[in-house]
This record gives sequence, C-alpha cells and structure tokens, in this order.
Amino acid sequence: MSLPDRKETEVRLLLRQSVHPVVPPDLALRAAVAGERLLRRRRALLALVWAVVLFLVCGAAVWLSIEQPWAGAPETTPTVDW
Amino acid sequence: MSRGRRRQAQRHAREFDAFVAGAGGRLLHAAVLLTGEPPARAPAAERLLVSALARTYADWARLRGDDPYEHTRQELAARFARQRRRHRRAEGGVLSRLPPQERLVVVLRHGEGVAEEQAAAGLGLPPERVRALCERGMAAALSRPRDPVGDAA
Repeated sequence: MSLPDRKETEVRLLLRQSVHPVVPPDLALRAAVAGERLLRRRRALLALVWAVVLFLVCGAAVWLSIEQPWAGAPETTPTVDW
Repeated sequence: MSRGRRRQAQRHAREFDAFVAGAGGRLLHAAVLLTGEPPARAPAAERLLVSALARTYADWARLRGDDPYEHTRQELAARFARQRRRHRRAEGGVLSRLPPQERLVVVLRHGEGVAEEQAAAGLGLPPERVRALCERGMAAALSRPRDPVGDAA
C-alpha cells in the first residue's frame, strides 16, 4: 500500500471510529416545522409576484382602454386653405 | 388546500420522517465533525442539520429522482461553508485542530466518500484547491496527539 493510500485509510478509520452523537428524537419534527415555514414563505413570495403581475396587467389594460394610443393624435390645428 | 394536495403533503411528510429516521445519525455525525463540537453536546451541529433538513423537506416534491441524502449533505456543506467563520474555534472531536475549510473537505472526501471533482463543484472551488486542503487537513488530523479530549466523551 502506498503512503497516500495508507494516510487516507487512517483518516477514514479515524472518522469512522470517532464518537457518534445521539440523534435527538425530535430531529425530524424540528426540521419539518422549519421546512413548513420555508414552504409558507416561498408560497407567500410567489403570491406576491403574481399579485404584482396581475396589477400591472390590469393597469395596462385600463390605461389602454382610456388613452387608446392606436387611434393616433387628434387633429388640433384646422387646415387652412391658402 | 385541496384534498389531493393535502394527501400528497401527508405522504411527503411520512417519507421525510422515514428518511430522517434512517439517515439522521450519519448526517448528524458529519455535522458534528464539521462544527468540531464534543459529540455529547453539539447544539451548533444540530442547528446546522435542522436547517439543511428543512430545505430538503421544502424541496421534497421537487426532488423526483434525486437522492435526498445527497441533497441534504450538499446543503449542509454549503451552509457550513457560508458560516465557517462562526466555527473557527472547535471545542472537541477528532478534527478540532483543523481550520473549518479543511475540516469540511476532509469530512466530505473521507467521511462521506465524495469524489474530488464532485466536492470541488459543490463548494465552488477548483479541484486542485480541494486536493491541497484535503492533504493539509489529513496531515494535521493524523499528527494530532493520541490523547483526544472530545473523543473520550
């Protein structure tokens, strides 16, 4: 076995033989509660983005229906026959 | 929430519970090695793992074929890398003499058996840097005195 290989094996053994902590019984529950909070925050953010998009679309529709920019500028100066 | 969605959420919660029951021990061991706390009392490692697992819980529906263990480990490593300044001073465990980044690389490569390229990609580091950190970390870990303090707990 080469030297680097032996070092790697020793480190692996050192890590594997180190004391394993006791898993707290409520680990999954704590993670699930935090995960639910994360999901709620994500959903709220998504709802906010949709609300902004909807607001902008409605605003644009109202503005277009009032201004009707496609109708062209109204004729303001009378045509004069010289 | 519609009935179908609620049933799906319940199924995901059950799957998540089963996943944590199976993988929690190994993940917590990795987290404790990272934070360098004495294994008997490791609040920072628990916090780190809970927040990584919370991400996995929230992403559960989107995981599809992905391995939740790998997803959690990646999140754990990324989180630790972001807050490594906080973990500069380790209080126990076999890697307590190593700086946080060396601890991270040694745990990923030899505790978890992650390939060098994969570890480098996950941490956003060049592979050569990962190799150098790993070499230095291994040398420091093996040169430590054989009378471990945190290990005796």
